[in-house]
Formats: sequence, structure tokens, C-alpha cells
Amino acid sequence: MDITKLNTNAKNTWCTGCGNFAILNALKLVVKEIVSKGTPIENIVLVSGIGCHAKIVDYINLNSFYSLHGRVVPVAQGIKIANPSLKVIGFSGDGDSYGEGLEHLLFAAKRNIDITMIIHNNRVYGLTTGQFTPTSPVGYKGRSTPYGNKEKPFNPIELMIAAGATFVARTFSHGIDLLKRIMLEAIMHKGFSIVDVLQVCVTFFNMYEYYDKRVYIMEENNLDDFDIAMKKAREWDYNSDTKIPLGIFYKKEEPTFEESFISYESKKFVDRELKVKEILKKYSI
Amino acid sequence: MVKEISILIGGKAGDGIDKASIVIAQMLSSIGYRIFVHRDYPSLIRGGHTFSIIRASDIKIYAHKEEIDILIALNAETLDKHRKTLKNKCFYIYDSEQIKMHADACGTGIPINSILKEENAPELMKNSCLLGAFGKATGISWDIIEKTLKITIPKEIDLNLKVAKKGYEYAKELISIEKLQQNSLPVLTGNEALGLGFVAGGLDAYVGYPMTPSSGLLHFLAGLAKQFGLQVIHAENEISVIMMALGFAYTGKKSAVGTSGGGFCLMNEGLSLSGMAEIPVVIVLGQRTGPSTGLPTYTGQTELFYAIHSGHGEFTRFVVSPGDCEQAYYLGAISVDIAWKYQIPSIILTDKSIAENVYSFNLDEVDQINFSQPIVWNGDEPFKRYKYTENGISPMCFVPKKEAIIKVNSYEHDEYGITTENPVITKSMQEKRVLIKEKFLLKEIENRFECVKVYGNKNSETAILCWGSNMPVCVELGKKYNLKVIQVVVLHPFPVNQFRKALEGVKRLIDIENNATGQLGNLIKSYGFSINDKILKYDGRPFSVDEIENKLKVL
Repeated sequence: MDITKLNTNAKNTWCTGCGNFAILNALKLVVKEIVSKGTPIENIVLVSGIGCHAKIVDYINLNSFYSLHGRVVPVAQGIKIANPSLKVIGFSGDGDSYGEGLEHLLFAAKRNIDITMIIHNNRVYGLTTGQFTPTSPVGYKGRSTPYGNKEKPFNPIELMIAAGATFVARTFSHGIDLLKRIMLEAIMHKGFSIVDVLQVCVTFFNMYEYYDKRVYIMEENNLDDFDIAMKKAREWDYNSDTKIPLGIFYKKEEPTFEESFISYESKKFVDRELKVKEILKKYSI
Repeated sequence: MVKEISILIGGKAGDGIDKASIVIAQMLSSIGYRIFVHRDYPSLIRGGHTFSIIRASDIKIYAHKEEIDILIALNAETLDKHRKTLKNKCFYIYDSEQIKMHADACGTGIPINSILKEENAPELMKNSCLLGAFGKATGISWDIIEKTLKITIPKEIDLNLKVAKKGYEYAKELISIEKLQQNSLPVLTGNEALGLGFVAGGLDAYVGYPMTPSSGLLHFLAGLAKQFGLQVIHAENEISVIMMALGFAYTGKKSAVGTSGGGFCLMNEGLSLSGMAEIPVVIVLGQRTGPSTGLPTYTGQTELFYAIHSGHGEFTRFVVSPGDCEQAYYLGAISVDIAWKYQIPSIILTDKSIAENVYSFNLDEVDQINFSQPIVWNGDEPFKRYKYTENGISPMCFVPKKEAIIKVNSYEHDEYGITTENPVITKSMQEKRVLIKEKFLLKEIENRFECVKVYGNKNSETAILCWGSNMPVCVELGKKYNLKVIQVVVLHPFPVNQFRKALEGVKRLIDIENNATGQLGNLIKSYGFSINDKILKYDGRPFSVDEIENKLKVL
């Protein structure tokens, strides 16, 4: 597959040096690999929210649903339940899915529905010009918190494992090999998978140097052990200046939500009018 | 012998009043009667006063009367509150061990506890005892009572029948109701009729979050899911509900959602997305007494303007309101059809009355449903999800589709679905979504449907104007007083030509609505029409036949 065919005519408006480029480039490689493994390209559906991350769907020539701020997850779930043969990949930001749409994210994890969420976690609102997000560190000064953010950040890794996600990983927009490997594994995982990408916003919160000094790649053993996963998840709380582990925290096989509907498909072509009459009989004596 | 009867059964919430009223309705339905059951219950699980009025007649009826023939009281409060509405003040059946009456009380007392003890039956069988007594009091033969109970209360039927028989033997005949020589019709709620209409209209998926008065629709369709291959989801909130539904539609699966005003508020961003991204969805908006939480289990017609104007931005939509079960069935199917033909949201305005009241439903009286041919992409040229066309409708195709890239977008977009801020494209797309589509939709519905229905004396110079669940009560009175009755079924786009035609010869127009401002009256004013009088009710309760009758007399 020629990946240049994945380009569109849309003009790219991300800032030079934006971490989103790495995610877009990794995505193209991942798509190539998925297709070579047998998934028809028309079976791939991307869903995005609103924010800098979301422009990714304009820049790649694949089926896409450019949805609303915070609403990537319910749209992706509707698509997956409607047709479980589709590979549904959601792209979302930290403001989008950890803020506006957190409830949906928790419920998708709870259902273990087989979709993948790639979170462009730059820990700042880019498109609305630099306000703090649910993962910004304490003291972050943005235009809505000129004296410094007073709230401790969420640890989305911990949150997602607790909520029932069966694939939880963290990666970094600096270093495409790891990014590609983790995205691919997340998409191939059967069940709800989430990848928290430390994606750097060069304009409002440039963390390249900070992350480069602290990140390391974890050894991935006993991935289905909840307690070990939680311990690893707590190694860095998105606030303190400790080492930052990258890689897969948790991975487990469990029944998925959309499977429970598959048996209904065979009934789709029943003669509905006849069936309605049959049902009405039950309502009379 | 009588051919019409009204029964009121009341007690506290948790007494099983609802179930008992359905059994009475089925008993009367099985001997050929047409049924209407009005349910009045507070928003709580146990305690509080709850009652149902079952009205049965030899002709189709859709409203209750204040005056009742038989009162069945499970507690003293029911007697205190409703005895004054009895035509014959002695025609009441009560639990003589629960309710202390004077020795000379003229009603029919049933010692329920003693009967239950004698038969070693649990307390929840007390209703069977009263149902037996009711059958006797109205002259219904034991075999009909037995047959009805066997079907409606199949659990522990032998014991239930024993208890019912005791009640039957205790009571005396008060009224003799005639067994009619006409077929028995199914008895169901407006929600159920609407749900069946959806199924007939080809619905694939229903997503909901519990909220009175639309929860019944979620329950009903969830129960039918396996039989029809429907996918029914109870999501985490109404925002998720509509977004999931749009996800379904993106893959070509016809989806609907149901809620009430509060939930619809949460759905508004999704509604607007449906308009912008041209993704069809059907929304059931079950009205109740607002604003805010209001009276959750009572009725109202306050969301007409809200339904028409909800969602930010301008886009085409289809808004209808059924007046009875047959219309609910028909409009359920038609709303799916129109949403998918025009790739727009359809909104069905119901209310607590039509959603939860119980009616005799006659499938043979449903208007003929003709379905549109979907406009699909033929593959001749690259797929453009938002291709400009003469009528604004872009041919569709759905994932997974070889050779087609299907992009939908909440941002303004070009024909391929790629984001744009170009003013020329913006203008064209706005015109496509709101001006062109709406123009064609209005033309189609005025030709294809009876958007405005006229009943009663079509030559009368006085006409009653109504919409939604008020239609039947208005029609009943229109017939009685020889008036014309005009029901607006399609509220948006407003069928102005059909409405003008309906008004021909009318000199005096009386607007009847369940709201404080007369929303339909105000809507028609914006099209240059006017009303002469208003009868408005906004205490959460529906109109009874007698109530409108008295108000009409003093107008």
C-alpha cells in the first residue's frame, strides 16, 4: 500500500513542531500494517472530537466522523455496535475526553467495548489558547488561571484501569517507533484500548525537554495483573517531577460489549408487518 | 343494559393499581368495548395517592370523563377524594377491613384480609379479589373474568382465581354491561403503538436513558429487541444517547432516541450536529409539566416552540405530534422515512397522556404507509458525502463501502466533508441544509400526507384548533356539538396551504391547548392566521370531556 494515497488536499494548520504530526505519521504506518494484515481499508473508521487533535481526520483519506467536543466516545461506540466488523479508532484530546467527555470515556471502559482511543494529551487547551486541562500540573498558569492552577491533575492511566479498560498504555510524541508499536497493539487488542500520548504543544506548553529527561520504556511483564498495573500507573502522577514510564501498563482479554448484539443480526430480515400483527395479538384477549 | 362505563380504581402507590386497571380494561375489551385508561400517579415508588380511570364504550374513545359509574377503593383516601364524582353514590366497592365505614354505608364492602387468610393467599392477591367483585358488580360473567385473569395474571393463577371467585361471590350486581357483538381490539399505550410504528418503519436501533414519560418506549423496544434484531441500548446520559444514535446512522442503521424535556436539552448539541452533518435521527420528545423537573409524572404541551427552534444554527427538521395510537404508529414509521430521505432530524412530540395512557388500537384504521426509495450513491463518480443537488439531498452510502471515503463533519465542510471556512462554500452549504431541503420537504409533505386533519362538521363556522393528545377529546366534543375540529399533525415545516384550506368557512377559531400561552395559536399567528378564543389548561392534568364542554358553554 502506498501511504501517500492517505494524504488529502486539506491544508495542514498545525504549528511547526506540533506533536500531532508524529501521531498522524504513525497512524499512516499503522493503517498500512493493519491493511496488510487483512483489514479492508474501508473497514477502518476514525472518529475525532474538537480541538487541535481533531484535525487529523481532515488530513487522512479514510472514513471519518468529525464529531463534537467530548463526544468521540459515544459516536465511536454507536458505530462499533452497529457493525462490529469495523475497526473504530477514536482520536481525542485531554480537554476533550478527560474533561468535557470524561463520563463517556469511563463508561466505554466499563463496557469493554472494542474501540481504541488515542488521546493527544498535551495537557493544555491549544485551540482555545492555552488554558489548563484536567492533566495540567498544579501551578500551571494559563489565561483562565493567571495565578496558577490549584487543582491536582487526573492520572488517566490509573483512572482507566480502575474503570475497566482492558488495554491501557502511555507513549510520547517524540519517538515514532514506540508510538507506532503501541498504537498498533492498541488497535489490534480486542476490547477497550486507550493510549495516552504525551503529545507536546510547542506553542502553549512545550514539554519536549522536560519529557526527554524523564521518560523511559517499561518492561512489559504480567500485563494482566491489576495490582501491578496500578502500581506502575502510580509511578508518575502527572504532577511530580519523577521518572515517566512509557509502554503498556495493562492488557487483558475479557468479553466485549458489542459481541452481545451479534446474535440479533440474523433477525434483521423478518417480515416486520407480520411480526407486528403477531405482537398485537398478545395485547388482546 | 349500558354501552358505556367509567370506572375509577385508586389506592396508594405500590398497590398495583396500574396492573388492576389493565386487567379491567382487558376484561371490557374482551367483550367488544373500546377502551381508554387515564393514569394518574405521583413521582414516588410507594405511598401517595394514585388512580386510574378506565372508560369503555361501544365506539372509539380517547379521553376520560369526570363522572364515574363504579369506584373501586383500596384505601380511605380514594373514597374521600372520588366518591363525589360517582353518578350513583352507592356504587363503590371497597376493602371493608381497611376502610372503616358507618354501619349503614351503602357501598359494596369486601372483607379482603379474611378472604386471603381463608385461602392462604399472599397480600398482593387482594387485587384479584377486587377484580372478581368488580366483574360481578358490572354483570360480567365468571367465565370472562376467569379467561382474562388467566391471560393477564398467569402466575399462581389457581390461587388468584379462588380469591377472585370469593370476591365475585361477595359482590352484588350494580350495573349490567352489555356484551357487544364486535371484535376485541388490542389494548396498548401510546408509547407501545409508537414503538410498533418504528418497527414497521424499519428501525434498526433505539438508544435511551430513562425519563418519564418516554421510559415505556425504551422498555417496550428492549423487550422486542431479540425478535426483531433491534439493537437497544440504555446509555449513560442523553448526550451519549443521541451521539450513539448518530454513530449508528453513519453506518446506515436507522436509529431513534426517546426522552422528555430535560433530556432533550442535553441532546441539543447532537440535534444540531444531525442538522449540520446531515445524519438522520428520530427523536421522541415526551412532554410533561415543566419547566425544569416540574411535575415529572404529569402532562403538558409546552415544547412546541422548543421542538421547532431547538439546537443552535439553522437546519431543516421535521416535527410531528400524534393525537392517538393509530397516529402514533403511523407517524413513528413516517418520521423514520422522512428523516432518512432528507437526512435530517425528525422530532415526534408526545406527552405524558398519549405516552402512558392505554387505548384500544386498531391497525386497520392506520393510514396507508408508503415508503420512499432511498437516494443512494451509484458509484459513477468519486463519492461526495455532501454533493450539491437540485433538492439538496446528497446520495448516501455507508461504511464499509469499497471505493468510497465517507467523511461526515460537524464543522462547515466542502462536498467531500473536509473542513472549510470558505465563504462561498459556507453560503452554498447553508442554503443546501436549510433553504433548499426545507422547500422540497414542505412541498413533499403537503402533497403526500394529511398534515392538517379536519373532523366533525366540516361546514361549521366555529372550529376547534388542537394538536397532539388533545385531538380525541376535541373530536368527541366536535361531534357532539356539530363543530369543526382542526388538528395540526405536522408542526414543522408548517403546512400553510393545508392549514389555510382547513380554515375555509371558519369565522370563529377556538384554540385548546395544555399550556399557559397557547403555543399553536401563537405559531399560526406568525403565518398570518388568528384565533378568537383560547381554552388553556396548565395544571399538569389532561382535559376531561366534561371540562372542555363546560368551558365551551360559557365562551
